[in-house]
Amino acid sequence: MKFPKWIILVLAAAVAAYIYISGQSDKDMAEVEGDKTKVGFVYVGPVGDFGWSYEHDQGRQAVEAEFGDKVETMFVESVPEGADSERVMTQMALDGADLIFTTSFGYMDPTINVAKKFPNVKFEHATGYKQADNVSTYSARFYEGRSVIGHIAGHMTESNTIGYIASFPIPEVIRGINSAYIAAKAVNPDVKMKIVWVYTWFDPGKEADAATALIEQGADIIMQHTDSPAAMTIAEEKGILAFGQASDMKQFGPNARLSSIIDDWAPYYIARTKAVMDGTWESTATWDGIKEGMVAIGDFSDKIPADVQASATALKEALSAGTTHSFTGPLNKQDGTPWLAAGETATDFGDDGLAGMNFYVEGVEGDVPQ
Amino acid sequence: MIRLEQRANPSKEMVMWTPVIAVIATMIVGGLLFVALGKNPFEAIRMIFWDPLMGANASYYRGQILVKAAPLIMIALGLSFGFRAGIWNIGAEGQFIMGAVVGGATGLALYPMDSFIVFPLMIVMGALGGFLWAMIPAVLKIKFNANEILVSLMLVYVAINFLSGMVTGVLRNPDGFNFPESRSFQEFPAANNAELWAGTGVHWGVLVTLGLVVAAYVILTRHIFGFNIRLAGQAPRAAKFAGVSPNKMIAICLGLSGALAGMAGLFEVTGPAGKLSTTFPVGYGFTAIIVAFLGRLHPIGILLAGLLLAVTYVGGDIIQSKLSLPKASIQVFQGMLLFFLLAVDVLVNFRIRLTNQGAV
Repeated sequence: MKFPKWIILVLAAAVAAYIYISGQSDKDMAEVEGDKTKVGFVYVGPVGDFGWSYEHDQGRQAVEAEFGDKVETMFVESVPEGADSERVMTQMALDGADLIFTTSFGYMDPTINVAKKFPNVKFEHATGYKQADNVSTYSARFYEGRSVIGHIAGHMTESNTIGYIASFPIPEVIRGINSAYIAAKAVNPDVKMKIVWVYTWFDPGKEADAATALIEQGADIIMQHTDSPAAMTIAEEKGILAFGQASDMKQFGPNARLSSIIDDWAPYYIARTKAVMDGTWESTATWDGIKEGMVAIGDFSDKIPADVQASATALKEALSAGTTHSFTGPLNKQDGTPWLAAGETATDFGDDGLAGMNFYVEGVEGDVPQ
Repeated sequence: MIRLEQRANPSKEMVMWTPVIAVIATMIVGGLLFVALGKNPFEAIRMIFWDPLMGANASYYRGQILVKAAPLIMIALGLSFGFRAGIWNIGAEGQFIMGAVVGGATGLALYPMDSFIVFPLMIVMGALGGFLWAMIPAVLKIKFNANEILVSLMLVYVAINFLSGMVTGVLRNPDGFNFPESRSFQEFPAANNAELWAGTGVHWGVLVTLGLVVAAYVILTRHIFGFNIRLAGQAPRAAKFAGVSPNKMIAICLGLSGALAGMAGLFEVTGPAGKLSTTFPVGYGFTAIIVAFLGRLHPIGILLAGLLLAVTYVGGDIIQSKLSLPKASIQVFQGMLLFFLLAVDVLVNFRIRLTNQGAV
């Protein structure tokens, strides 16, 4: 058998390309790193998810923009939670990272393990509850944003059915469901919430299926606690309404999108990087909300009537000022047992506190998956 | 027209070299991919294949390669017996999960017992969990001639949901703020598959894997069972005449691969993964299929293939952070490896004929 000519040509071209490119690499390698502060980011999804990981990466870019040459960032995306994440964090620490942000709940134990081995590296773990001398935790009070979009959804739904795509039955997600329901119910006593659990943070296929299932069950507004804009795309197709999650997502549903909850990590990431540079970093537990700007509400769509826009803005400002709390009594648990007395607000920690919430409030249908 | 014509006598030597050619082809085409992404391909390929073994901090990475390779090799060894005999267990991922759940649950039930018996018992139960899960397709195949490829594959999704149910239910850590995960085995010394020598990454699973490679080699080349398996795969009728019961073969091959996958799951959950959680399955059971074929279904080949794939995983993460390459590009790179392996396999077994005629 003769060797086809084109294969030889392709091989020759490949070799030529290799030789050409190889000349350039050593220049890049030779760059002196100096005493730059190195900051690593570990993401659970792809930076192109246009949701959770995308916003964390926006925060990383903001750090670069803020400090320019004084900082060097690195990231690894789609890192499975478990042994792989431990290796990626170790790799960053070995590569000289001074500060590492691990941006998913499942990185909690790996972060603690690696932090033990590198006492001089600072770690920041998002949405977890384990701290150490060199491990801080941070999260946002997303539930405040849920109150605002729940308020809007309560006004806007015509079928009185809100569809909710939930990821994992962890306190953060249950808090969001309760918060949105309470706010919707306050303005629309007939409102019902249908919940689908997809057991993933990022799986556009599953998220889209869940959205379709919810629409078939009569939902005319979709909320989600997952990371991709798949549900927004479905809502746009089916001509119903939805909210952007983690990121604005306007481009995926120009007609469907009413508003959005936007995670803005940039100020926090900049502040923490600055603290490492200044040597003032300390282990802290941060839980910021609308007030601090970690949770932002996207622009309102023109579809929302002016009076609803005004009341939603008022709610947002009240939450920001602290004059309103998303969980204000009287509130009962789903089984009818009292939770908060009239005027009482939920505490962050302790029994029945927000941090460990594992029950629905009265009126939400279905069971928390056990 | 291009026509494929079976070669009468595929070159034995070429069959051996196929994986090497596939790796080289992957490096070349993968290199072009990195060029297209604006990176230096030499640097990228050096970082993937060389840095984890010999580059900076390699002493850490070498251990991690073992951690990553051990479950792949252990599962692939089990699969290779079945694949040789023409029994296709595609559901090792499910057996891996069930091994972790059953073995892990055994340990959690004994918490906080501090006895040397806990861990060995968990290993046995883990293997049993994987074994029983694999016996479902085996029994269905024997009794009803149900296709074991479909049944074993579909059972993966059942296992994933079973795991979700367990970690949000009875196996949930009572001190874990309601998060869907079990107690950490790393904080339960009697059940912890810890690093045996600090910094080496070597845990019990790695040692057992090495032992299994030797055992598999001996069985395949020196034992009548290995002979029967090869016979059943290459000449099923002849095997029948030789007294090899096809049903027995199905049960043994599926059961063996299930037990090994389950054991791998147990070592993984008690060691590197650290606990049962919904994010525990990361696809070892599926990747092991690639390892089995890349290793030519031979124990030594599987050992090398497992190590090679582990290197690309560890190296893939290195180039991600150092060259800011997207994860997808590394996955494409790893996918190419199997693609080229299959392509070269075709060329070894078939001859390409260019003909003037129309459709054949």
